[in-house]
Amino acid sequence: MSIAKPKAHRASSAETAPKKIDVRDLSAGFGDKTVLRSISMPIEDRRVTAIIGPSGCGKSTFIRCLNRMHELSPIARISGRVLLDDRDIYDRGVDPVLLRRRVGMVFQKPNPFPTMSIRDNVLAGLRLTASLRRSTADQVAEKALVQAALWEEVKDRLDDTGGSLSGGQQQRLCIARALAVDPEVLLMDEPCSALDPIATARIEDLLHVLRNDYTIVIVTHNMQQATRVSDRTAFFLTGDLVEMGATDDLFTSPRDPRTEDYITGKFG
Amino acid sequence: MIPAVRQAITRLVARNGSPRSTVPWHERLIEIGLFACGALSVLITGGILLVLAFETFEFFKGVSLAEFLGDTRWTPLFSDKHFGIWPLVLGTLLTSAIAIAVALPFGLLSAIFLSEFATPRTRRIVKPTLELLAGVPTLVYGYFALVFVTPLLQKVVPDLAGFNALAPGIVMGFMIMPMISSLSEDALYAVSNGLREGAYALGASKLPTIFRVVIPAARSGIIAAITLAISRAIGETMVVTIAAGQQPNFTLDPRVPIETMTAYIISISKGDTPTGTLEYRTIFAVGSMLFLMTLVMNLVSHRMAKKLRYGGAGQ
Amino acid sequence: MRAPGPVDRRRGKIGERLFVALSIACVIIPLAMLGILLGKVVVDGAERIDWSFIKGFPSRRAAVAGIWPALVGSVYLICLTALLAVPIGVGAAIYLEEYGRRSRVAGFIEVNIANLAGVPSVIYGLLGLEVFVRLFGFGATVLAGACTLAILVLPIVIMASREALRTVPDSLREGAYALGATRWQTIRRVVLPFALPGILTGAILAVARALGETAPLIVVGAVVFITFSPDLHSQYTALPIQIFNWVSMPQKAFLVNAAAAIVVLMVVLLLLNSVAIVLRNRYQKRNY
Repeated sequence: MSIAKPKAHRASSAETAPKKIDVRDLSAGFGDKTVLRSISMPIEDRRVTAIIGPSGCGKSTFIRCLNRMHELSPIARISGRVLLDDRDIYDRGVDPVLLRRRVGMVFQKPNPFPTMSIRDNVLAGLRLTASLRRSTADQVAEKALVQAALWEEVKDRLDDTGGSLSGGQQQRLCIARALAVDPEVLLMDEPCSALDPIATARIEDLLHVLRNDYTIVIVTHNMQQATRVSDRTAFFLTGDLVEMGATDDLFTSPRDPRTEDYITGKFG
Repeated sequence: MIPAVRQAITRLVARNGSPRSTVPWHERLIEIGLFACGALSVLITGGILLVLAFETFEFFKGVSLAEFLGDTRWTPLFSDKHFGIWPLVLGTLLTSAIAIAVALPFGLLSAIFLSEFATPRTRRIVKPTLELLAGVPTLVYGYFALVFVTPLLQKVVPDLAGFNALAPGIVMGFMIMPMISSLSEDALYAVSNGLREGAYALGASKLPTIFRVVIPAARSGIIAAITLAISRAIGETMVVTIAAGQQPNFTLDPRVPIETMTAYIISISKGDTPTGTLEYRTIFAVGSMLFLMTLVMNLVSHRMAKKLRYGGAGQ
Repeated sequence: MRAPGPVDRRRGKIGERLFVALSIACVIIPLAMLGILLGKVVVDGAERIDWSFIKGFPSRRAAVAGIWPALVGSVYLICLTALLAVPIGVGAAIYLEEYGRRSRVAGFIEVNIANLAGVPSVIYGLLGLEVFVRLFGFGATVLAGACTLAILVLPIVIMASREALRTVPDSLREGAYALGATRWQTIRRVVLPFALPGILTGAILAVARALGETAPLIVVGAVVFITFSPDLHSQYTALPIQIFNWVSMPQKAFLVNAAAAIVVLMVVLLLLNSVAIVLRNRYQKRNY
């Protein structure tokens, strides 16, 4: 078990990967309130991109724009483009429901479905979208639980309800649920903020493995976490993207004075 | 003597947790008076239980329990007397079943609409409007069932008698529909949004989310609503008295006259049955049966509502 | 394994729209039925209403039968019922909200009240028959009827008053205690005035409920054919009883009378409920 991961990233992460998501001029808000101002940034394929910044800077709104969850609020406003594999997800012809099967999300507060068993929770994404094949259900569930590093702990009690697990286990269950749908991108909105340090460490370990197969965007208010898990980091401040770059570079030699102030703890 | 009374009062006061160690006696008297107002409800419950138990006990001196629960004929006022409760119970169950068959789909679907699809403004207007249905005296619904619904149904349903179970059943259904609608809607609305978002984030559309995530999470509240509505339907009097008839037929055919337990009590009370006789006591025996049935439903509903409050809907 | 694509989504969207239409229908159809009901009653009975109808007495001839004794009886009934139920109900609510918050006895009382709210109205009639009519010896008079209705609507008054008392912010109470007021002084001078509109609303709703009740009154002995104006010690009738009697008559002409009386009843109820709603709205505005 490792709490402090050494900052030895793979050499390949120094190279720039192709853009999985390209955000161009994204502005968003609620009613008259603008939360994000003209954000443009790339999200590289199969890398972990961390979004950091003080509370209220728009981090959560930002990633909710990436899977079109922001617009679920009746007073939401959005402008700009978000290109997923070079296609704007806000195009008229794009169905947000189908989009969300390619871009999955894990929330701050674990939200397993309380009336479903662990097994059914994992398969929920497929059941809800009517894409579950009975013959492969068990394998799909096992694979997702293995990927989420939860299989060993629950393999003997797959029929217990989702609510019988601890907080950290519940969050890994939600990750398994998201992975079972086989997305390309995984968005994580402060996934560890409601968990204890040990549970947090287990999920951070998980991310190191997952990034081989998935593009991950993680919002975090914990800078050490960003340095531990991410390849790229973006710093947001009151709705603006202040600076973005390779994690090591951003934390050791930030270019913008505001970034430096935040990193050294002068505010936030 | 007065100091002794004061002491007794002071001792009682101490258990209340009041910061003062002595409370003026007139304050305490007022508190006792208010307590008496509250305790009256316990007296009323006790009164109901006592009255029903006493008269029913007297009733069973004249009629055996075996006949009450075993006979399928109810003819206490005829010369050939039978005291089998089943025709009345069946009449009640038949009309209530028809009422629930109407109220359930209408109530649930409108609850889903209000909770999951309607804007806050729509909710604010529609919810109290539906409550209007519950504000009309049941007597008026009885008139409507007799004078409008029965003739209307007679055009569609062959052999529908002038007094039947179908018309009052349907009208009752609309009458209690707001109960199911309002309570179910509260239960659905209370389901935490995190669950819905979890489902949307998996790429589910609205309908599967509603049916497979939200409704299961709210199911205790919905069951509480339904059992409460059943209890209401069982206890309903005027609609069935006016439109269902006064013939205690042992049948499940909704097209013929029947008599419910409540309608029977009314029919005896309207008439000249002398008090203290066995025939008079039948209304209490029937009343006891009625009370038992509604009590069971109310207890189940209460249990379900508790489950909703203390754990379940996605906390 | 391929997830379902755009074609399924199109079908899904149509399904969703159909469902929303269906559920909207489930809201509209009951309301439409209510509209038809009210329309039918008005069409059947409105023309029968004139002064002779209102001031007339029941008769074997439908054309001259009127509702005067029934109106008088109903007025007596609801006045007495309110006089009995409101003070006791408010008192019970005050006890539960202000004095008994944590005690087990209060919890027991609460459970009782919740149960009583679910008891069918005929059962209250049976209770009233044994206790008020026979045991207390009131006989089949307005007093017995009012007592019966009072205990029937008591849970309504209690619940509405408790809601009203709960809206009083604790800071008000604490302000009064800090000035040295006793509990009852605080209740009487601070809490009750604040909660008064809500309590009044509850009282009006309870009265409206009592006005439309038929079953318990029949059991307690309200008679249907009265040719004199009732008073506290005589036999009596009430508007719903009169309606019920006319509806049960074989002659069709009486159905017209029943419809007319229903119109009168509904108008009064509409007035009462409107007052309650206006009160509630003004009350809510005042708090914010």
